[in-house]
Amino acid sequence: MSKMSKIFTTPLLKNNPITVQVLGICSCLAVTAQLKPALVMAISVTVVVALANLIISCLRNTIPPRIRIIVQLVVVSALVILVNQVLMAFVYDVSKQLSVYVGLIITNCIVMGRLEAFAMSRKPMESLMDGIGNGLGYGIILVILGFVRELFGSGTLFGYPVMEKLGLYKIGYENNGLVIMAPMALILVGVIIWIQRTKDKDLLED
Amino acid sequence: MQMQWLRNYIDKIKPTFSEGGKFPWLSATFGGFETFAFTPNKVTRKGSHVRDAVDMKRAMITVVIALLPALLFGMWNIGYQTSNTLVAQGGEAFSWWYCFWFGLVRMLPMIVVSYVVGLGIEFTYAQIRGHEVYEGFLVSGIIIPMIVPVTTPLWQLALAVAFAVIIGKECFGGTGMNFLNPALVARAFLFFSYPTHMSGDAVWIAADMWGSDALTGATPMGQLATGLAPQASALDMLIGTIPGCTCETSVIAIALGAIILLVSGIASWRTMLSVFVGGGLMGLLFNAIGANSYMQLPFYYHWLMGGFAFGAVFMATDPVTSAQTNCGKWIYGFLIGAFAVLLRVINPAYPEGMMLSILLMNCFAPLIDHCIISRNIKMRQRRAEAARKEVKA
Repeated sequence: MSKMSKIFTTPLLKNNPITVQVLGICSCLAVTAQLKPALVMAISVTVVVALANLIISCLRNTIPPRIRIIVQLVVVSALVILVNQVLMAFVYDVSKQLSVYVGLIITNCIVMGRLEAFAMSRKPMESLMDGIGNGLGYGIILVILGFVRELFGSGTLFGYPVMEKLGLYKIGYENNGLVIMAPMALILVGVIIWIQRTKDKDLLED
Repeated sequence: MQMQWLRNYIDKIKPTFSEGGKFPWLSATFGGFETFAFTPNKVTRKGSHVRDAVDMKRAMITVVIALLPALLFGMWNIGYQTSNTLVAQGGEAFSWWYCFWFGLVRMLPMIVVSYVVGLGIEFTYAQIRGHEVYEGFLVSGIIIPMIVPVTTPLWQLALAVAFAVIIGKECFGGTGMNFLNPALVARAFLFFSYPTHMSGDAVWIAADMWGSDALTGATPMGQLATGLAPQASALDMLIGTIPGCTCETSVIAIALGAIILLVSGIASWRTMLSVFVGGGLMGLLFNAIGANSYMQLPFYYHWLMGGFAFGAVFMATDPVTSAQTNCGKWIYGFLIGAFAVLLRVINPAYPEGMMLSILLMNCFAPLIDHCIISRNIKMRQRRAEAARKEVKA
């Protein structure tokens, strides 16, 4: 595997920001009650992490170490405002649903974590790949959670009434109210971590 | 020996499931059934030799026996409640025996579903992990159908049992490792997943023997939560002829179980007593405030209503999830009782506070133990130091 593709693929599974680094849990619980906002959030975070990584990596030799956090925050904030404007312009309803969580991408640990850990010391192209990889790694988990929670909590997918079309309500099926609640999202993340660690013994620590 | 043929048969088929046999991967399942029939004849080879006639399987069986009065009464009460409702609608009353038969037919499928799903998962895990089957589910499996409304659909019950066993127990390492009571996890799952079946004041009475339709009938807790005075008298609640979850209505039947548990020494009297003390004191405190009709309710009503007695006797005393130190048990039990009454009175969204308060204190039990133990260590250290100083002087 070439170095570039390794940088890209590690965060997808082996070093997944949510299940392995356990970062970005807050937004992952908050926006995954339905699939659509989860997907939009995943794309937004990917764009922000990738571009922030690229920009900071380009600037890395000119940023004085003592004020680097401020510089990083300015860059991230600018990107988040851009993303927010785009969302409001094109998918207004989803942007309403996501409410503060778009703005809170600024404080998402994944963004700052990648900037500090990777972009400050690597070349721009590598940083871009790392950003995309981490954004997608975050996105995969969000989409899985959104899928499970919308399907079993509301019986729909992207608003399409799957369970009703399958005729499950007629034979006594009911939507699960617990899946909609944030605690269940946390339990589901736990289950994903459990499965991943059972499959990949390297991740076990003891 | 009448059972000799069974022993012979088990010995005959044993090699098939042992190392080198046909199905060695089924040895855990085989062992589970073998020790269910006979006391294991395993002899300790090295280390300490502490032996007791009561192993985990015997302890669990005792708890199941203690649950029987409540279970039998609950079965009768299911039929009795339906009969009452039918009479109110102008129908004919059931005979005493038909009440019991009706309840038996309603309860059996729930018990079977609970055991099949729960034990199925337990056996699967025992196989995968290669340890013997633990007996923990023997009790949880019977308690779960006893603490849910009789109108709960079976598939929801199956889902709740699976959730409780996998998330509540197996993912922490199985029996003895869980920090939450699995039966209560199952009930909490149902409570939050399908609230229309679990609370409210217009469910919980079976309409017919085979379907899952519900008739309207009000539980005392439901009436209180909506600001009405309960129709049932204290005596009714003591005997248990009120609508409610399947088997937790009769305080007398539960008391019989409590006696069995206390005499056999399986449940801690400290925990049991302190739950009632905590609930009673909290009830008295609310009496003193007396801001609304629920607060003015005589404190002993809290002992009789809902799942308080059942929770105090069978759930709070769970040896795995309760506090382990004696002093800790007092604190743990007292807070369970106090929180249960607090939740009931203050928060009308959760008419039954017992489940949530036991789960809450399950989480805190290790912390309570830690504090008690470290305080004890400090105390003894101080004592030792004082003694040393005395010797020097």
